[in-house]
Amino acid sequence: MNIAIRSLLEVQETSLLVWRAARRLFRRPTYFNEMIAQMDVIGVGSLTIIVLTGFFTGGVLTLQTFPTLKYYGAQDQTGFLVALSLVRELGPVLTALMVTGRVGSAISAELGSMVVSQQIDAMRALGTDPVRKLVAPRLVALFITLPLLTVAADVVGIVGGGAVATTLYGQSASTFLSSVRYGITFDDMIGGVIKPLVFALILGSISCYKGLSTDGGTVGVGRSTTSAVVTSSIVVIIADFFLAKALQVILDMPGT
Amino acid sequence: MASTDIEISQDPDAPTEDNRVSAAAAESTFAAEDDSERITPAIEFRDVHLAFDDRKVLDGLSFTVAKGETKIILGGSGCGKSTTIKLVLGLLKPDAGQILVNGEDITHYTEAEMMRVRKNFGMVFQEGALFDSLSVYENVAYRLHEQGIPEEDVEQEVRRMLRFVNLEDAIDKMPAELSGGMRRRVGIARALVGGPTIVMFDEPTAGLDPPTARTICELAIKLRDLEDVSSIFVTHEMNNVEYLSREFAAVNDAGEVIFEQEGERLCLINTKLLMMKEGNIIFSGTDEMLKKTEDPYIKKFLRGH
Ligand SMILES: Nc1ncnc2c1ncn2[C@@H]1O[C@H](COP(=O)(O)OP(=O)(O)OP(=O)(O)O)[C@@H](O)[C@H]1O
Ligand SMILES: [Mg+2]
Repeated sequence: MNIAIRSLLEVQETSLLVWRAARRLFRRPTYFNEMIAQMDVIGVGSLTIIVLTGFFTGGVLTLQTFPTLKYYGAQDQTGFLVALSLVRELGPVLTALMVTGRVGSAISAELGSMVVSQQIDAMRALGTDPVRKLVAPRLVALFITLPLLTVAADVVGIVGGGAVATTLYGQSASTFLSSVRYGITFDDMIGGVIKPLVFALILGSISCYKGLSTDGGTVGVGRSTTSAVVTSSIVVIIADFFLAKALQVILDMPGT
Repeated sequence: MASTDIEISQDPDAPTEDNRVSAAAAESTFAAEDDSERITPAIEFRDVHLAFDDRKVLDGLSFTVAKGETKIILGGSGCGKSTTIKLVLGLLKPDAGQILVNGEDITHYTEAEMMRVRKNFGMVFQEGALFDSLSVYENVAYRLHEQGIPEEDVEQEVRRMLRFVNLEDAIDKMPAELSGGMRRRVGIARALVGGPTIVMFDEPTAGLDPPTARTICELAIKLRDLEDVSSIFVTHEMNNVEYLSREFAAVNDAGEVIFEQEGERLCLINTKLLMMKEGNIIFSGTDEMLKKTEDPYIKKFLRGH
Protein backbone atom coordinates (compact mmCIF):
# COMPACT_ATOMS: atom_id res chain seq x y z
CA MET A 1 0.00 0.00 0.00
CA ASN A 2 2.67 2.39 1.08
CA ILE A 3 4.82 1.42 -1.88
CA ALA A 4 1.93 1.85 -4.28
CA ILE A 5 1.24 5.35 -3.01
CA ARG A 6 4.90 6.25 -3.13
CA SER A 7 5.27 5.01 -6.71
CA LEU A 8 2.18 6.93 -7.77
CA LEU A 9 3.60 10.00 -6.12
CA GLU A 10 6.87 9.54 -7.98
CA VAL A 11 5.04 9.14 -11.27
CA GLN A 12 3.20 12.36 -10.54
CA GLU A 13 6.38 14.22 -9.61
CA THR A 14 8.18 12.93 -12.68
CA SER A 15 5.37 14.00 -14.98
CA LEU A 16 5.30 17.40 -13.33
CA LEU A 17 9.02 17.74 -13.94
CA VAL A 18 8.55 17.00 -17.63
CA TRP A 19 5.67 19.43 -17.79
CA ARG A 20 7.70 22.16 -16.16
CA ALA A 21 10.60 21.51 -18.51
CA ALA A 22 8.36 21.54 -21.56
CA ARG A 23 6.43 24.64 -20.59
CA ARG A 24 9.51 26.74 -20.07
CA LEU A 25 11.41 25.40 -23.03
CA PHE A 26 10.78 28.37 -25.23
CA ARG A 27 11.00 31.10 -22.66
CA ARG A 28 14.12 33.24 -22.68
CA PRO A 29 16.91 32.63 -22.11
CA THR A 30 16.78 29.41 -24.08
CA TYR A 31 19.72 27.27 -23.22
CA PHE A 32 20.55 26.43 -26.80
CA ASN A 33 24.26 25.89 -26.18
CA GLU A 34 23.47 23.52 -23.34
CA MET A 35 21.30 21.50 -25.70
CA ILE A 36 24.05 21.23 -28.29
CA ALA A 37 26.55 20.23 -25.61
CA GLN A 38 24.19 17.57 -24.29
CA MET A 39 23.51 16.22 -27.76
CA ASP A 40 27.24 15.84 -28.18
CA VAL A 41 27.61 14.03 -24.87
CA ILE A 42 24.54 11.87 -25.23
CA GLY A 43 24.41 11.26 -28.97
CA VAL A 44 27.95 11.33 -30.30
CA GLY A 45 29.29 9.92 -27.06
CA SER A 46 27.00 6.89 -27.18
CA LEU A 47 27.63 6.08 -30.82
CA THR A 48 30.43 3.58 -30.18
CA ILE A 49 28.51 1.40 -27.77
CA ILE A 50 25.43 1.58 -29.96
CA VAL A 51 27.36 0.49 -33.05
CA LEU A 52 28.93 -2.40 -31.15
CA THR A 53 25.59 -3.45 -29.65
CA GLY A 54 23.81 -3.25 -32.99
CA PHE A 55 26.46 -5.11 -34.95
CA PHE A 56 26.70 -8.07 -32.63
CA THR A 57 22.97 -8.27 -32.02
CA GLY A 58 22.36 -8.47 -35.77
CA GLY A 59 25.14 -11.01 -36.02
CA VAL A 60 23.81 -13.27 -33.31
CA LEU A 61 20.30 -13.06 -34.74
CA THR A 62 21.57 -14.47 -38.03
CA LEU A 63 23.69 -16.99 -36.21
CA GLN A 64 20.71 -18.39 -34.33
CA THR A 65 17.97 -18.15 -36.95
CA PHE A 66 19.81 -19.23 -40.10
CA PRO A 67 20.09 -22.94 -39.18
CA THR A 68 16.45 -23.12 -38.15
CA LEU A 69 15.26 -21.38 -41.29
CA LYS A 70 17.47 -23.63 -43.35
CA TYR A 71 15.81 -26.65 -41.74
CA TYR A 72 12.54 -25.43 -43.22
CA GLY A 73 14.25 -24.46 -46.44
CA ALA A 74 13.54 -20.81 -45.79
CA GLN A 75 17.10 -19.54 -45.33
CA ASP A 76 16.46 -16.86 -47.95
CA GLN A 77 14.22 -15.17 -45.38
CA THR A 78 17.06 -14.58 -42.89
CA GLY A 79 17.45 -10.92 -43.82
CA PHE A 80 13.71 -10.41 -43.41
CA LEU A 81 13.70 -11.92 -39.94
CA VAL A 82 16.80 -10.10 -38.76
CA ALA A 83 15.66 -6.74 -40.05
CA LEU A 84 12.17 -7.09 -38.66
CA SER A 85 13.39 -8.06 -35.19
CA LEU A 86 15.86 -5.22 -35.19
CA VAL A 87 13.66 -2.44 -36.49
CA ARG A 88 10.59 -3.35 -34.51
CA GLU A 89 12.03 -4.51 -31.20
CA LEU A 90 15.69 -4.99 -30.58
CA GLY A 91 16.94 -1.74 -32.07
CA PRO A 92 14.72 0.58 -30.02
CA VAL A 93 14.82 -1.45 -26.81
CA LEU A 94 18.52 -2.26 -26.76
CA THR A 95 19.44 1.30 -27.68
CA ALA A 96 17.23 2.64 -24.91
CA LEU A 97 18.74 0.21 -22.41
CA MET A 98 22.31 1.00 -23.44
CA VAL A 99 21.64 4.74 -23.28
CA THR A 100 20.00 4.28 -19.90
CA GLY A 101 23.09 2.57 -18.64
CA ARG A 102 25.46 5.13 -20.03
CA VAL A 103 23.54 8.41 -20.04
CA GLY A 104 20.72 7.89 -17.54
CA SER A 105 23.20 6.96 -14.85
CA ALA A 106 25.41 9.92 -15.72
CA ILE A 107 22.48 12.34 -15.61
CA SER A 108 21.22 11.23 -12.24
CA ALA A 109 24.73 11.07 -10.78
CA GLU A 110 25.55 14.54 -12.03
CA LEU A 111 22.30 16.13 -10.89
CA GLY A 112 22.49 14.19 -7.63
CA SER A 113 25.96 15.46 -6.80
CA MET A 114 24.84 18.96 -7.67
CA VAL A 115 22.03 18.59 -5.17
CA VAL A 116 24.19 17.30 -2.33
CA SER A 117 26.93 19.87 -2.93
CA GLN A 118 24.26 22.60 -2.92
CA GLN A 119 25.01 23.62 -6.49
CA ILE A 120 21.33 23.35 -7.31
CA ASP A 121 20.53 25.66 -4.41
CA ALA A 122 23.25 28.03 -5.58
CA MET A 123 21.78 28.01 -9.05
CA ARG A 124 18.34 28.83 -7.71
CA ALA A 125 19.80 31.52 -5.48
CA LEU A 126 21.42 33.07 -8.54
CA GLY A 127 18.04 33.24 -10.23
CA THR A 128 18.30 30.30 -12.63
CA ASP A 129 15.66 27.63 -12.80
CA PRO A 130 17.49 24.27 -12.71
CA VAL A 131 14.62 22.64 -14.58
CA ARG A 132 15.20 24.92 -17.52
CA LYS A 133 18.95 24.97 -17.35
CA LEU A 134 19.59 21.30 -16.59
CA VAL A 135 16.51 19.17 -17.22
CA ALA A 136 15.10 20.66 -20.41
CA PRO A 137 18.33 20.53 -22.47
CA ARG A 138 18.90 16.91 -21.47
CA LEU A 139 15.37 15.90 -22.37
CA VAL A 140 15.54 17.67 -25.71
CA ALA A 141 18.93 16.16 -26.47
CA LEU A 142 17.63 12.67 -25.68
CA PHE A 143 14.54 13.31 -27.75
CA ILE A 144 16.62 14.15 -30.78
CA THR A 145 19.48 11.70 -30.40
CA LEU A 146 17.75 8.52 -29.25
CA PRO A 147 15.81 8.00 -32.52
CA LEU A 148 19.02 8.70 -34.46
CA LEU A 149 20.96 6.24 -32.35
CA THR A 150 18.19 3.69 -32.82
CA VAL A 151 18.35 4.07 -36.58
CA ALA A 152 22.13 3.66 -36.38
CA ALA A 153 21.70 0.49 -34.32
CA ASP A 154 19.18 -0.87 -36.84
CA VAL A 155 21.41 -0.21 -39.82
CA VAL A 156 24.57 -1.52 -38.22
CA GLY A 157 22.62 -4.53 -36.93
CA ILE A 158 21.48 -5.40 -40.44
CA VAL A 159 25.05 -5.03 -41.63
CA GLY A 160 26.17 -7.33 -38.82
CA GLY A 161 23.50 -9.85 -39.71
CA GLY A 162 24.54 -9.70 -43.34
CA ALA A 163 28.17 -10.14 -42.43
CA VAL A 164 27.45 -13.32 -40.51
CA ALA A 165 25.14 -14.66 -43.25
CA THR A 166 27.72 -14.13 -45.97
CA THR A 167 30.87 -15.15 -44.11
CA LEU A 168 29.66 -17.99 -41.90
CA TYR A 169 26.77 -19.38 -43.92
CA GLY A 170 27.89 -18.50 -47.41
CA GLN A 171 24.71 -16.64 -48.35
CA SER A 172 25.12 -14.05 -51.08
CA ALA A 173 24.87 -10.45 -49.97
CA SER A 174 22.21 -9.66 -52.56
CA THR A 175 19.92 -12.43 -51.31
CA PHE A 176 20.24 -11.13 -47.79
CA LEU A 177 19.63 -7.52 -48.75
CA SER A 178 16.67 -8.18 -50.98
CA SER A 179 14.95 -10.13 -48.24
CA VAL A 180 15.64 -7.22 -45.90
CA ARG A 181 14.02 -4.84 -48.34
CA TYR A 182 11.13 -7.17 -48.87
CA GLY A 183 10.52 -7.50 -45.15
CA ILE A 184 10.62 -3.94 -43.89
CA THR A 185 7.58 -1.76 -44.43
CA PHE A 186 7.21 1.96 -43.98
CA ASP A 187 5.01 1.35 -40.94
CA ASP A 188 7.79 -0.60 -39.30
CA MET A 189 10.06 2.37 -39.71
CA ILE A 190 7.50 4.76 -38.26
CA GLY A 191 7.03 2.49 -35.28
CA GLY A 192 10.79 2.15 -34.95
CA VAL A 193 11.07 5.91 -34.53
CA ILE A 194 8.03 6.47 -32.32
CA LYS A 195 9.30 3.99 -29.77
CA PRO A 196 12.63 5.74 -29.12
CA LEU A 197 10.79 9.04 -28.69
CA VAL A 198 8.74 7.52 -25.91
CA PHE A 199 11.77 5.79 -24.43
CA ALA A 200 13.71 9.05 -24.48
CA LEU A 201 10.97 10.68 -22.47
CA ILE A 202 10.86 7.78 -20.01
CA LEU A 203 14.56 7.43 -19.35
CA GLY A 204 15.25 11.16 -19.44
CA SER A 205 12.52 12.13 -17.05
CA ILE A 206 13.18 9.29 -14.62
CA SER A 207 16.93 9.97 -14.54
CA CYS A 208 16.46 13.71 -14.04
CA TYR A 209 13.81 13.21 -11.38
CA LYS A 210 15.89 10.66 -9.47
CA GLY A 211 18.90 12.94 -9.65
CA LEU A 212 17.09 16.04 -8.47
CA SER A 213 15.36 14.23 -5.63
CA THR A 214 18.64 12.92 -4.22
CA ASP A 215 19.16 13.30 -0.51
CA GLY A 216 21.54 11.84 2.02
CA GLY A 217 24.94 12.88 0.70
CA THR A 218 27.26 10.76 -1.42
CA VAL A 219 25.49 7.54 -0.49
CA GLY A 220 22.29 9.14 -1.72
CA VAL A 221 23.89 9.86 -5.10
CA GLY A 222 24.75 6.18 -5.47
CA ARG A 223 21.26 5.21 -4.45
CA SER A 224 19.53 7.54 -6.88
CA THR A 225 21.81 6.51 -9.74
CA THR A 226 21.06 2.82 -9.21
CA SER A 227 17.42 3.56 -8.85
CA ALA A 228 17.39 5.69 -12.02
CA VAL A 229 18.94 2.92 -14.12
CA VAL A 230 16.81 0.13 -12.69
CA THR A 231 13.55 2.04 -12.86
CA SER A 232 14.18 3.39 -16.37
CA SER A 233 15.15 -0.02 -17.71
CA ILE A 234 12.10 -1.75 -16.31
CA VAL A 235 9.72 0.98 -17.38
CA VAL A 236 11.23 0.95 -20.88
CA ILE A 237 10.70 -2.79 -21.18
CA ILE A 238 7.15 -2.64 -19.86
CA ALA A 239 6.31 0.37 -22.02
CA ASP A 240 7.71 -1.49 -25.02
CA PHE A 241 5.10 -4.18 -24.69
CA PHE A 242 2.21 -1.76 -24.57
CA LEU A 243 3.68 0.39 -27.31
CA ALA A 244 4.05 -2.65 -29.54
CA LYS A 245 0.40 -3.47 -29.00
CA ALA A 246 -0.69 0.12 -29.53
CA LEU A 247 1.35 0.43 -32.71
CA GLN A 248 -0.14 -2.79 -34.04
CA VAL A 249 -3.56 -1.32 -33.60
CA ILE A 250 -2.76 2.17 -34.81
CA LEU A 251 -0.62 1.27 -37.80
CA ASP A 252 -2.66 -1.82 -38.51
CA MET A 253 0.42 -4.00 -38.57
CA PRO A 254 0.23 -7.71 -39.19
CA GLY A 255 0.34 -9.78 -36.06
CA THR A 256 -3.09 -9.14 -34.63
CA MET B 1 12.96 50.67 13.19
CA ALA B 2 14.23 53.37 10.85
CA SER B 3 17.74 52.64 11.81
CA THR B 4 19.95 54.50 9.47
CA ASP B 5 22.92 54.75 10.30
CA ILE B 6 25.78 57.10 10.23
CA GLU B 7 24.58 59.34 7.47
CA ILE B 8 27.59 59.36 5.27
CA SER B 9 25.95 59.04 1.98
CA GLN B 10 22.53 60.32 2.80
CA ASP B 11 21.32 63.85 2.81
CA PRO B 12 18.66 64.21 5.50
CA ASP B 13 17.25 67.35 3.94
CA ALA B 14 16.60 65.84 0.57
CA PRO B 15 13.63 67.55 -1.08
CA THR B 16 10.43 65.61 -0.85
CA GLU B 17 7.79 65.18 -3.49
CA ASP B 18 5.04 64.65 -1.00
CA ASN B 19 3.99 67.98 0.44
CA ARG B 20 1.15 66.66 2.52
CA VAL B 21 3.45 65.24 5.09
CA SER B 22 2.11 64.97 8.58
CA ALA B 23 3.80 67.09 11.16
CA ALA B 24 5.16 64.08 12.97
CA ALA B 25 6.71 62.61 9.90
CA ALA B 26 8.14 65.95 8.89
CA GLU B 27 9.91 66.13 12.18
CA SER B 28 11.63 62.84 11.65
CA THR B 29 15.20 62.94 10.53
CA PHE B 30 14.30 61.60 7.12
CA ALA B 31 12.46 62.94 4.20
CA ALA B 32 8.96 61.57 3.95
CA GLU B 33 9.33 59.29 0.96
CA ASP B 34 12.59 58.03 2.31
CA ASP B 35 10.86 57.33 5.56
CA SER B 36 8.14 55.10 4.21
CA GLU B 37 10.77 53.34 2.13
CA ARG B 38 12.95 52.88 5.16
CA ILE B 39 10.26 51.76 7.52
CA THR B 40 9.65 48.55 5.59
CA PRO B 41 12.29 46.10 6.72
CA ALA B 42 14.40 44.40 4.09
CA ILE B 43 13.72 41.06 5.73
CA GLU B 44 11.08 40.17 8.25
CA PHE B 45 10.37 36.81 9.88
CA ARG B 46 7.04 36.41 11.65
CA ASP B 47 6.75 33.40 13.91
CA VAL B 48 8.43 31.02 11.48
CA HIS B 49 8.34 27.30 12.22
CA LEU B 50 10.20 24.58 10.39
CA ALA B 51 10.75 20.91 11.09
CA PHE B 52 12.71 18.30 9.16
CA ASP B 53 10.68 15.13 9.52
CA ASP B 54 9.89 15.24 13.23
CA ARG B 55 12.91 17.28 14.26
CA LYS B 56 11.99 20.88 15.01
CA VAL B 57 14.66 23.20 13.64
CA LEU B 58 13.02 26.61 13.87
CA ASP B 59 10.50 27.17 16.60
CA GLY B 60 8.68 30.45 16.15
CA LEU B 61 11.47 32.65 14.82
CA SER B 62 10.67 36.37 14.54
CA PHE B 63 13.10 39.13 13.66
CA THR B 64 13.60 41.95 11.22
CA VAL B 65 16.53 43.25 9.24
CA ALA B 66 16.07 46.92 8.41
CA LYS B 67 17.19 48.45 5.14
CA GLY B 68 20.92 49.04 5.19
CA GLU B 69 21.30 47.04 8.36
CA THR B 70 23.68 44.16 8.98
CA LYS B 71 22.33 41.45 11.23
CA ILE B 72 25.01 39.24 12.72
CA ILE B 73 23.64 35.84 13.66
CA LEU B 74 25.51 33.90 16.31
CA GLY B 75 24.70 30.50 17.67
CA GLY B 76 26.00 27.03 18.24
CA SER B 77 26.48 24.54 15.46
CA GLY B 78 23.20 23.10 14.26
CA CYS B 79 20.96 25.73 15.80
CA GLY B 80 19.41 26.61 12.45
CA LYS B 81 21.42 29.55 11.09
CA SER B 82 21.95 28.19 7.60
CA THR B 83 18.35 27.06 7.55
CA THR B 84 17.21 30.59 8.39
CA ILE B 85 19.21 32.00 5.51
CA LYS B 86 17.82 29.44 3.08
CA LEU B 87 14.32 30.40 4.12
CA VAL B 88 14.97 34.03 3.23
CA LEU B 89 15.92 32.98 -0.30
CA GLY B 90 12.98 30.63 -0.59
CA LEU B 91 15.26 27.62 -1.01
CA LEU B 92 13.24 26.08 1.78
CA LYS B 93 9.63 26.78 2.69
CA PRO B 94 8.51 27.23 6.30
CA ASP B 95 5.87 24.97 7.83
CA ALA B 96 4.16 27.96 9.41
CA GLY B 97 4.66 31.68 9.76
CA GLN B 98 5.45 34.44 7.31
CA ILE B 99 8.59 35.70 5.64
CA LEU B 100 8.63 39.14 4.08
CA VAL B 101 11.23 40.62 1.81
CA ASN B 102 10.98 44.37 1.25
CA GLY B 103 7.45 44.17 2.58
CA GLU B 104 6.46 41.46 0.10
CA ASP B 105 5.13 38.27 1.62
CA ILE B 106 7.17 35.59 -0.12
CA THR B 107 6.02 32.71 2.03
CA HIS B 108 3.82 31.14 -0.59
CA TYR B 109 5.58 32.37 -3.70
CA THR B 110 6.09 29.84 -6.44
CA GLU B 111 9.56 29.11 -7.72
CA ALA B 112 8.94 31.36 -10.73
CA GLU B 113 7.89 34.28 -8.54
CA MET B 114 10.87 33.70 -6.26
CA MET B 115 13.21 34.03 -9.24
CA ARG B 116 12.22 37.69 -9.55
CA VAL B 117 12.79 38.30 -5.83
CA ARG B 118 16.14 36.52 -5.89
CA LYS B 119 17.48 38.95 -8.46
CA ASN B 120 18.11 41.34 -5.54
CA PHE B 121 19.85 38.71 -3.46
CA GLY B 122 23.41 37.61 -3.10
CA MET B 123 24.18 34.48 -1.16
CA VAL B 124 27.47 33.15 0.13
CA PHE B 125 27.06 29.46 0.87
CA GLN B 126 28.74 27.93 3.86
CA GLU B 127 30.37 25.25 1.72
CA GLY B 128 31.02 27.51 -1.24
CA ALA B 129 28.69 25.57 -3.55
CA LEU B 130 30.68 26.50 -6.65
CA PHE B 131 29.64 24.98 -9.95
CA ASP B 132 32.42 22.47 -10.34
CA SER B 133 31.98 22.07 -14.08
CA LEU B 134 32.66 25.78 -14.58
CA SER B 135 35.90 27.70 -14.18
CA VAL B 136 36.37 30.39 -11.56
CA TYR B 137 35.71 33.01 -14.20
CA GLU B 138 32.49 31.35 -15.34
CA ASN B 139 31.38 30.84 -11.76
CA VAL B 140 31.74 34.50 -10.89
CA ALA B 141 30.30 35.56 -14.23
CA TYR B 142 27.36 33.18 -13.88
CA ARG B 143 24.71 35.73 -13.07
CA LEU B 144 25.90 38.17 -15.73
CA HIS B 145 26.01 35.47 -18.37
CA GLU B 146 22.48 34.49 -17.50
CA GLN B 147 21.41 38.09 -18.00
CA GLY B 148 23.05 38.15 -21.40
CA ILE B 149 25.44 41.00 -20.64
CA PRO B 150 28.16 41.64 -23.26
CA GLU B 151 31.34 39.72 -22.63
CA GLU B 152 33.66 42.75 -22.25
CA ASP B 153 31.52 44.16 -19.45
CA VAL B 154 31.31 40.75 -17.84
CA GLU B 155 35.05 40.31 -17.88
CA GLN B 156 35.63 43.75 -16.40
CA GLU B 157 33.16 43.15 -13.59
CA VAL B 158 34.47 39.65 -12.86
CA ARG B 159 38.05 40.91 -12.63
CA ARG B 160 36.97 43.71 -10.34
CA MET B 161 35.15 41.29 -8.03
CA LEU B 162 38.03 38.81 -7.99
CA ARG B 163 40.45 41.62 -7.15
CA PHE B 164 38.21 42.44 -4.19
CA VAL B 165 38.65 38.96 -2.80
CA ASN B 166 42.29 38.86 -3.84
CA LEU B 167 41.97 36.02 -6.30
CA GLU B 168 42.67 37.52 -9.70
CA ASP B 169 45.40 34.96 -10.37
CA ALA B 170 42.99 32.05 -10.04
CA ILE B 171 40.65 33.31 -12.74
CA ASP B 172 41.20 30.39 -15.12
CA LYS B 173 41.35 27.63 -12.52
CA MET B 174 38.66 25.04 -11.95
CA PRO B 175 37.05 24.82 -8.49
CA ALA B 176 38.66 21.43 -7.86
CA GLU B 177 42.09 23.08 -8.05
CA LEU B 178 41.31 25.59 -5.31
CA SER B 179 41.86 25.42 -1.58
CA GLY B 180 38.88 25.66 0.75
CA GLY B 181 39.48 29.31 1.54
CA MET B 182 39.86 30.17 -2.13
CA ARG B 183 36.59 28.48 -2.95
CA ARG B 184 34.88 30.47 -0.25
CA ARG B 185 36.25 33.68 -1.70
CA VAL B 186 35.13 32.75 -5.20
CA GLY B 187 31.70 32.10 -3.69
CA ILE B 188 31.77 35.58 -2.18
CA ALA B 189 32.74 37.16 -5.49
CA ARG B 190 29.99 35.25 -7.26
CA ALA B 191 27.40 36.39 -4.73
CA LEU B 192 28.35 40.05 -4.97
CA VAL B 193 28.51 40.37 -8.74
CA GLY B 194 25.64 42.35 -10.16
CA GLY B 195 25.12 44.58 -7.12
CA PRO B 196 22.59 42.73 -4.97
CA THR B 197 20.75 44.85 -2.39
CA ILE B 198 20.39 42.07 0.17
CA VAL B 199 23.30 39.74 0.88
CA MET B 200 23.44 36.59 3.00
CA PHE B 201 26.83 35.59 4.33
CA ASP B 202 26.90 32.08 5.75
CA GLU B 203 30.13 31.90 7.76
CA PRO B 204 32.13 33.66 5.06
CA THR B 205 35.34 33.83 7.11
CA ALA B 206 35.44 30.33 8.59
CA GLY B 207 38.78 28.73 7.83
CA LEU B 208 40.38 31.85 6.37
CA ASP B 209 43.64 33.40 7.55
CA PRO B 210 43.16 36.55 9.64
CA PRO B 211 44.13 39.11 6.95
CA THR B 212 41.80 37.56 4.39
CA ALA B 213 39.05 37.29 6.97
CA ARG B 214 39.60 40.97 7.71
CA THR B 215 39.29 41.77 3.98
CA ILE B 216 35.97 39.94 3.86
CA CYS B 217 34.70 41.90 6.85
CA GLU B 218 35.82 45.15 5.23
CA LEU B 219 33.90 44.12 2.15
CA ALA B 220 30.79 43.62 4.22
CA ILE B 221 31.31 46.97 5.96
CA LYS B 222 31.73 48.74 2.64
CA LEU B 223 28.56 47.17 1.26
CA ARG B 224 26.69 48.25 4.37
CA ASP B 225 27.92 51.81 4.67
CA LEU B 226 28.62 52.85 1.12
CA GLU B 227 26.14 50.85 -0.91
CA ASP B 228 23.30 50.63 1.58
CA VAL B 229 23.12 46.85 1.31
CA SER B 230 21.13 44.94 3.92
CA SER B 231 22.71 41.74 5.05
CA ILE B 232 22.66 38.76 7.35
CA PHE B 233 26.12 37.74 8.48
CA VAL B 234 26.43 34.37 10.15
CA THR B 235 29.69 33.88 11.99
CA HIS B 236 31.37 32.17 14.88
CA GLU B 237 34.36 34.50 14.98
CA MET B 238 34.16 37.12 17.68
CA ASN B 239 36.68 39.36 15.93
CA ASN B 240 34.34 39.54 12.92
CA VAL B 241 31.64 40.75 15.27
CA GLU B 242 34.08 43.28 16.61
CA TYR B 243 34.97 44.62 13.16
CA LEU B 244 31.44 44.79 11.90
CA SER B 245 29.93 46.42 14.92
CA ARG B 246 32.74 48.86 15.73
CA GLU B 247 33.99 50.12 12.41
CA PHE B 248 32.48 52.02 9.59
CA ALA B 249 33.57 52.86 6.09
CA ALA B 250 33.68 56.35 4.71
CA VAL B 251 35.10 58.05 1.68
CA ASN B 252 37.77 60.62 2.48
CA ASP B 253 38.53 63.79 0.55
CA ALA B 254 40.87 61.96 -1.75
CA GLY B 255 38.05 59.62 -2.74
CA GLU B 256 39.56 56.61 -0.97
CA VAL B 257 37.57 54.29 1.22
CA ILE B 258 38.75 54.47 4.80
CA PHE B 259 37.72 52.50 7.86
CA GLU B 260 37.23 54.26 11.16
CA GLN B 261 36.37 53.15 14.66
CA GLU B 262 33.11 54.38 16.04
CA GLY B 263 33.67 56.82 18.85
CA GLU B 264 32.68 60.18 20.17
CA ARG B 265 31.71 61.48 16.77
CA LEU B 266 29.16 58.83 15.95
CA CYS B 267 27.80 55.61 17.21
CA LEU B 268 27.12 52.76 14.84
CA ILE B 269 23.51 51.69 14.96
CA ASN B 270 23.21 49.80 11.69
CA THR B 271 24.62 46.55 12.98
CA LYS B 272 22.69 44.35 15.35
CA LEU B 273 23.33 40.95 16.79
CA LEU B 274 21.08 37.98 17.09
CA MET B 275 21.86 34.88 19.03
CA MET B 276 20.05 31.65 18.34
CA LYS B 277 19.76 28.50 20.35
CA GLU B 278 17.80 25.47 19.23
CA GLY B 279 15.67 27.36 16.77
CA ASN B 280 14.85 30.23 19.09
CA ILE B 281 16.27 33.69 19.52
CA ILE B 282 17.80 34.07 22.93
CA PHE B 283 19.38 37.45 22.41
CA SER B 284 18.79 40.42 20.14
CA GLY B 285 20.54 43.75 20.40
CA THR B 286 23.83 45.56 20.01
CA ASP B 287 27.27 44.19 20.76
CA GLU B 288 27.55 46.31 23.91
CA MET B 289 24.36 44.72 25.19
CA LEU B 290 25.68 41.27 24.33
CA LYS B 291 28.85 41.86 26.32
CA LYS B 292 26.86 43.00 29.35
CA THR B 293 24.42 40.13 29.34
CA GLU B 294 24.15 37.91 32.39
CA ASP B 295 22.80 34.89 30.54
CA PRO B 296 25.12 31.98 31.41
CA TYR B 297 24.79 30.32 27.98
CA ILE B 298 25.76 33.49 26.14
CA LYS B 299 28.61 34.18 28.51
CA LYS B 300 29.94 30.72 27.93
CA PHE B 301 29.49 31.12 24.19
CA LEU B 302 31.50 34.35 24.17
CA ARG B 303 34.29 33.10 26.41
CA GLY B 304 34.42 29.67 24.85
CA HIS B 305 34.58 27.79 28.13
N1 LIG C 1 18.03 18.81 4.64
C1 LIG C 1 17.98 18.53 5.95
N2 LIG C 1 17.33 17.42 6.37
C2 LIG C 1 17.23 17.13 7.68
N3 LIG C 1 17.74 17.89 8.67
C3 LIG C 1 18.40 19.01 8.32
C4 LIG C 1 18.55 19.40 6.95
N4 LIG C 1 19.24 20.56 6.91
C5 LIG C 1 19.51 20.87 8.18
N5 LIG C 1 19.01 19.95 9.04
C6 LIG C 1 19.07 20.01 10.51
O1 LIG C 1 18.67 21.28 10.89
C7 LIG C 1 19.46 21.76 11.96
C8 LIG C 1 19.96 23.14 11.64
O2 LIG C 1 20.85 23.08 10.56
P1 LIG C 1 21.64 24.34 10.03
O3 LIG C 1 22.41 23.92 8.85
O4 LIG C 1 20.70 25.45 9.88
O5 LIG C 1 22.64 24.63 11.25
P2 LIG C 1 23.64 25.84 11.43
O6 LIG C 1 23.12 26.68 12.51
O7 LIG C 1 23.89 26.50 10.12
O8 LIG C 1 24.95 25.11 11.93
P3 LIG C 1 26.48 25.38 11.58
O9 LIG C 1 26.93 26.50 12.43
O10 LIG C 1 27.16 24.11 11.94
O11 LIG C 1 26.54 25.68 10.13
C9 LIG C 1 20.56 20.75 12.18
O12 LIG C 1 20.30 20.06 13.37
C10 LIG C 1 20.48 19.82 11.03
O13 LIG C 1 20.66 18.51 11.48
MG1 LIG D 1 25.41 26.55 8.81
